[in-house]
Amino acid sequence: MEIPAIVGAGLVVIGAGIGIGRIGGSAMEAIARQPEATGKIQTAMLIAAALIEGIGFAALFAVN
Amino acid sequence: MRRKISLKPITLLLLLLTFVSYGKEQEGHGEKETEKTAKEAVNEYIQHHLKDSYDFGLFSYTTDEGKEKHVGFPLPVILWDNGLKVFSSSKFHHGETVAEVDGSFYKNHHGKIYKVDGPNGEIIEDDHHHATNEKPLDFSITKNVFLIILVFVIMFFMFSKMAKSYKKNNGMPKGMGRFLEPIVLYVRDEIAIPNIGEKHYKRYMSYLLTVFFFVWIVNLFGLVPIGMNVTNNIAVTLCLALITYVITTFSGNKNYWKHIFWMPGVPVPMKIILAPIELLGTIIKPFALMIRLYANITAGHVVLMSIIGLAFLAKNWLGTPLSLFLGFVLAILELLVAALQAYIFTVLSALYFGMAVEEHEHH
Repeated sequence: MEIPAIVGAGLVVIGAGIGIGRIGGSAMEAIARQPEATGKIQTAMLIAAALIEGIGFAALFAVN
Repeated sequence: MRRKISLKPITLLLLLLTFVSYGKEQEGHGEKETEKTAKEAVNEYIQHHLKDSYDFGLFSYTTDEGKEKHVGFPLPVILWDNGLKVFSSSKFHHGETVAEVDGSFYKNHHGKIYKVDGPNGEIIEDDHHHATNEKPLDFSITKNVFLIILVFVIMFFMFSKMAKSYKKNNGMPKGMGRFLEPIVLYVRDEIAIPNIGEKHYKRYMSYLLTVFFFVWIVNLFGLVPIGMNVTNNIAVTLCLALITYVITTFSGNKNYWKHIFWMPGVPVPMKIILAPIELLGTIIKPFALMIRLYANITAGHVVLMSIIGLAFLAKNWLGTPLSLFLGFVLAILELLVAALQAYIFTVLSALYFGMAVEEHEHH
């Protein structure tokens, strides 16, 4: 009963981690390509990362 | 000459090391037992820290005689139980005794107030360790409520001082105003206008500024060592998210509702599938807002306190400085998180308001 839920939450967190990693990596590339747009890219990056982070936390609290 | 000086710190270090090893030897006997209790104490402290409480405890310690002493001040307890009942939380004696008010008896059981039968009344628990006693309606000024009121007062003075400084100096801010102006302008120029649009942003500025400064100041208060934290109470973040939800729902224009119930530009079977998903999405958005703030702050506090707790568990010369150093680094990270979460909350609120008031010319 407990273990599948924990494994599922772990999988969700791995997915969220990959997602945030990809966002961060893409933002880095974008900033390297266009340093003058750093501010805009950072804002968009933070919003996207926050949205994914919410899913990860939701999984953790579903287990709790 | 140079060699002589460089020897000094080494000697000092060696001297310190002997002290450390001496101290360890003293604790040597029965080490297993003390380690277990230290672990339990750290765990208990973290659990206690995350909870709201009826009194404002600054710190507590155990005297040499083994008596527990609590330093702090009590806060008022306000109950509605066949009439208003107001009394000081010092009557609970930190959950140890039953409080008597106008012939009724109340007991503080794991941070919640229950009604008991008499002065020696006990809490009756069912099989799942849930208390079955009657619970009166609770409007108490708890630690969290106290801090919210405190932040309200601080913000009121901060911003009224800012407004006055504009009036006094013919539009040139001084003092508090000079400090706050860039932040207010940042919220307007970087958060409100890009997300909501030039036309409608003014209506939402008051809420965005309030929520930004409230969450920020409250998060910063969570980092001072007197142990007040409000945003790791899910009820507080629920209220903040609920306000965002209500504002979004009531400012939604024709286009907003059309995009939820009858998405333009997609085939009819798809429209029928999309409508419930979009409707659910309006609730999930503030729900995520609530969970994000709550979980970030709670996780930060738990990790920070666990690392500081390691100092009490690792009884050697390496563990304690390491845990203190990590705690210091993490505390700085938490300073960033405090501002970042306030920013994210405000940006996402602005984004949702922007969605609600967006005007589409063509489709």
